[in-house]
Amino acid sequence: MNKFTYASVSTTDAAIAEMDEHDSPKFIAGGTNLLDLMKVNVENPDHLIDITQIAFNQIEATADGGLRLGALVTNADTAWNEEVEKRYPLLSKAILAGASPQLRNMATNGGNLMQRTRCYYFYDTATPCNKREPGSGCSAIGGYNRILAILGTSEHCIATHPSDMCVALVALGATINITGINGDRTIPITEFHRLPGDRPDLDNTLQAGDIVTSIDLPVQGFEKNYAYLKVRDRASYAFALVSVAAALTLEGNQIKEARLVLGGVAHKPWRSAEAEAALTHQEASVSTFEKAAAIALEGAKGYGDNTFKIELAKRAIVRALKQAAGLEEQA
Amino acid sequence: MSLLQKLGVSAENLAPEITGKYIGKPISRVDGRAKVTGNAKYAAEFNIGTGILYGYVISSPIAKGKITAVNARQALSQKGVLNVFTHENVPGLAWFDRSYQDQDAPPGGSPFRPLQSDEILFSQQPIALVIAETFELARYASTLVHFEYEVKEELNVGLELNLYKAKKPKKHRFPVPKPRGDAEKALAGSVVKIEEAYYHGYEHHNPMEMFASTVIYGDDDRLTIYDKTQGVLNSQSYVKSVFGLSEDEARVISPFMGGGFGAGLRPQYQLYMAVLASLELKRSVKVVLTRQQMFSFGHRPATLQKISLGASAEGKLQAVINRCYSETSTFEEYTENVVNWSGQMYQCDNVMLDHKLVPLDLFTPLDMRAPGGVTGMYALEVAIDELAVKAGIDPLEFRLLNYAEKDQNLDKPFSSKELRECYRQGAERFGWNKRNPEAGATLEGNNLVGWGVATGCWEANQMPSRAKAMLSADGKLTVSSATADIGTGTYTVMTQVAAETLGVAMEDVLFKLGDSVLPMSPLQGGSWTMATVGSAVKLVCDQLKAKLFKMAKKVENSPFGNSKEEDVVFADRCISLKEDAQQYLTFTEIMRKSKVNYIEEDTTSLPNMLEQNEYSRFTHSAVFVEVKVDQDLGTVHVSRVVNAVAAGRIINTKTSRSQVLGGIVWGISMALHEDTVMDDNFGRFMNTNLAEYHVPVNADINDIDVIFVEEHDDIVNPLGVKGLGEIGIVGVAAAISNAVYHATGKRVRDLPIQLDKLL
Repeated sequence: MNKFTYASVSTTDAAIAEMDEHDSPKFIAGGTNLLDLMKVNVENPDHLIDITQIAFNQIEATADGGLRLGALVTNADTAWNEEVEKRYPLLSKAILAGASPQLRNMATNGGNLMQRTRCYYFYDTATPCNKREPGSGCSAIGGYNRILAILGTSEHCIATHPSDMCVALVALGATINITGINGDRTIPITEFHRLPGDRPDLDNTLQAGDIVTSIDLPVQGFEKNYAYLKVRDRASYAFALVSVAAALTLEGNQIKEARLVLGGVAHKPWRSAEAEAALTHQEASVSTFEKAAAIALEGAKGYGDNTFKIELAKRAIVRALKQAAGLEEQA
Repeated sequence: MSLLQKLGVSAENLAPEITGKYIGKPISRVDGRAKVTGNAKYAAEFNIGTGILYGYVISSPIAKGKITAVNARQALSQKGVLNVFTHENVPGLAWFDRSYQDQDAPPGGSPFRPLQSDEILFSQQPIALVIAETFELARYASTLVHFEYEVKEELNVGLELNLYKAKKPKKHRFPVPKPRGDAEKALAGSVVKIEEAYYHGYEHHNPMEMFASTVIYGDDDRLTIYDKTQGVLNSQSYVKSVFGLSEDEARVISPFMGGGFGAGLRPQYQLYMAVLASLELKRSVKVVLTRQQMFSFGHRPATLQKISLGASAEGKLQAVINRCYSETSTFEEYTENVVNWSGQMYQCDNVMLDHKLVPLDLFTPLDMRAPGGVTGMYALEVAIDELAVKAGIDPLEFRLLNYAEKDQNLDKPFSSKELRECYRQGAERFGWNKRNPEAGATLEGNNLVGWGVATGCWEANQMPSRAKAMLSADGKLTVSSATADIGTGTYTVMTQVAAETLGVAMEDVLFKLGDSVLPMSPLQGGSWTMATVGSAVKLVCDQLKAKLFKMAKKVENSPFGNSKEEDVVFADRCISLKEDAQQYLTFTEIMRKSKVNYIEEDTTSLPNMLEQNEYSRFTHSAVFVEVKVDQDLGTVHVSRVVNAVAAGRIINTKTSRSQVLGGIVWGISMALHEDTVMDDNFGRFMNTNLAEYHVPVNADINDIDVIFVEEHDDIVNPLGVKGLGEIGIVGVAAAISNAVYHATGKRVRDLPIQLDKLL
């Protein structure tokens, strides 16, 4: 870990001003990922700007009847928030599937969006990694890649985004509110994270100096027919090998609207519009779900150790959709 | 004459029935309060003296090659950085390999010598030690030291890739028995047979506490070393021989350990590093490893066992062949007892066992809880299950059908073996008789339910040990031995034995351990501490009793004038006549009247080898497991475990249960989770943290039931105990594997059984 200076700020203006004064500054909130990365010399900021005193700490209704989640509200407070539990149980469930109670008590919503891949090679400075050191090569391709991506990969990177929360946010169609040097703007969550392409060093579409201020959830919460299924190597405190957020609106046995998003399989939460289309206006049945699952995994590519994820994802999708449709109970 | 007789102690005198106030009771840990209140100090927590320096170890990013250049200028230019030790500036130390061979070193090897050569032998090899005034500064400065390397391309990692290099070890710590009968021929003639290979990869101990050494440099140039170790005397003798110090110049202290599991059986390199820096700089130095560096030394070796079994149509075992391959390093030959179990567990007249080593570019493997036992019993017990299935016989019945009444490896009877009773009580508690004989036939919701059984076995050894006891006139008893408490409860059980033997309250006993000035004791490992140190504690307290009684007889108006020791009772700090409890003297009275303030004994307890050698001495267990396997997703959940253990006398039912529970949890871990992943291109372990090196969390653990089966054994040691450190884990992985087969009909033959193997 390198030497760094530290400042605590209470306004976004002060945060942005601090940014300008240093070579490689970083914002820090819960620090649950950043500190780990600093300890292994993957992140080497010369200055930490503690933004936890900025007032992004509320969960409140939006003008259009949705819900705004402050960027600095902890994952735990979000998951256990009454409105979230009642109106967006999919989000609660996804958050609680992640990390451990201790981590969720520290980690913030903004930080969850910003967390970095857990690819082993990204963490180990002794190995080449295009995400950590552009142009050095990808050690995971041809290396040990059991936990890595099968969708939207590139020859430069097969990292996954590790979040559970973001998978649910994509299913819910959340919007990310941002403030920055050029003022405020919003990014739909589907455009927030990006695929690796030839710039795997970029996890998302934020620009230098941008701060995530809050996350807006639309009115529609899919609170009746939803499921978050996380498949992992132990019952808790493990990242998803595959996770599925499924959300449906049903009319009788007919699917009126469907959302289907995968976690643990790509550089971003993987939403399959084609699979959603294949579900819409269909009967909620296992055969419909199996078709959608096959469509969702079209184009998936295994890299050896992780090839099993293709089949696993299909089965997990069917299971999650069955749970969402009420064909079986959610664990 | 036995060694004990030579010492004037007869074994019979040491084996009275102990039934007691303390022995056999569920007694809480005497050090529990200190531990939960933070008063128990661990090696990195000692901060005696001022101006302690901090060392940070730099680990090699490459697995094989040479360091061609070191540039530490930038690091040394930082204010507060005192030194950067590398192979370029480390002074000449001991020349001979034997100086580096600790008590647990594989025989005849060349132990790794940190910072003494430019050669890189394994990934994460320590290549420098940065010394600075603060830990943070040392850690930062470590990023400023630049190395250049010449990388050797030809890298030998991956056990199965290198099987062609397999060779017999020059000296096996557990000699493999010679073949008996003709196994190949018997196999060919068997009606029922299986031939399969079983594998598990690298596993690391990962105790909670990181390895740490705090070296206090005294005004008299003597070192007081707080070390994380399972044997202070082992650390001391290592430091003495490597650095040419006398006993007085290096005292090693280790009162508590945050988990050992075998990792502390050898001195780890932070000890060498801290002592080196302390002697060179004449300052106190602390070196603590990082979690990543906890993966840079010994580990459970990756092991492949090719097993063939043959049986008659009736299910009588006719042939056992186990050809085993396990890894070692290029500089030492690490051996463990993997295959011998295959010739011992079941009655079979045709057995062929073989164990070869495959040298890899890794650090030497190291004993890890039930070393060899978990590995060998895993493979054997899965193979037996497969054979039972093929023979169409219930796997428990199959084991009973082939029950070994004597140890055919050694051609000796067992000193005791209540395994049959373990099977019976375990099966009853588990409800085994309700088992569906069909595999893959029980579905509950999405879960396939399966039941499995396996046998566990571990050695019941006793080693020589010394102990000292001092009884003061106020009735307080201090007993000491240089053993360790690696979390197993040594403080507590030794206190129990001492209090029970002498007839004082546990509160009046202080047991001291973990200090090299205390009487000699072996490493804490091998499940032998209770048998070894417990026997020494009992012996020294018995001697103290004799001395006290002799004094008591001499005091004026003694009620014991013509009595013998067997005529009196030692209880409640008094000696009283058995016949007439009103006739008594308190310990205090005896000493006051004899004009002494304290009495003391110091003794050596030796196993009665002559008698013990007539027998095969082992602990046994039967493990029953229920698993639930998601039929679509492959996730395995262990819903129930019953482990019935026959381990001789149980001194403390609470700490004993804890030992077995911990073992079972670890067995679940071995079966389903643990795997240190190697990148074969880099020869480097990749999941070197506790987020990615998986062990079970609470949510993975369900009902666990531990049964202690009554077992009497007067042979194993004077206390009749067999030790419990290891037995709890042995057999668990096999029972889970067998249950997974029973649930799914799929046989997974490599651990861990991760869900992708069941899709």
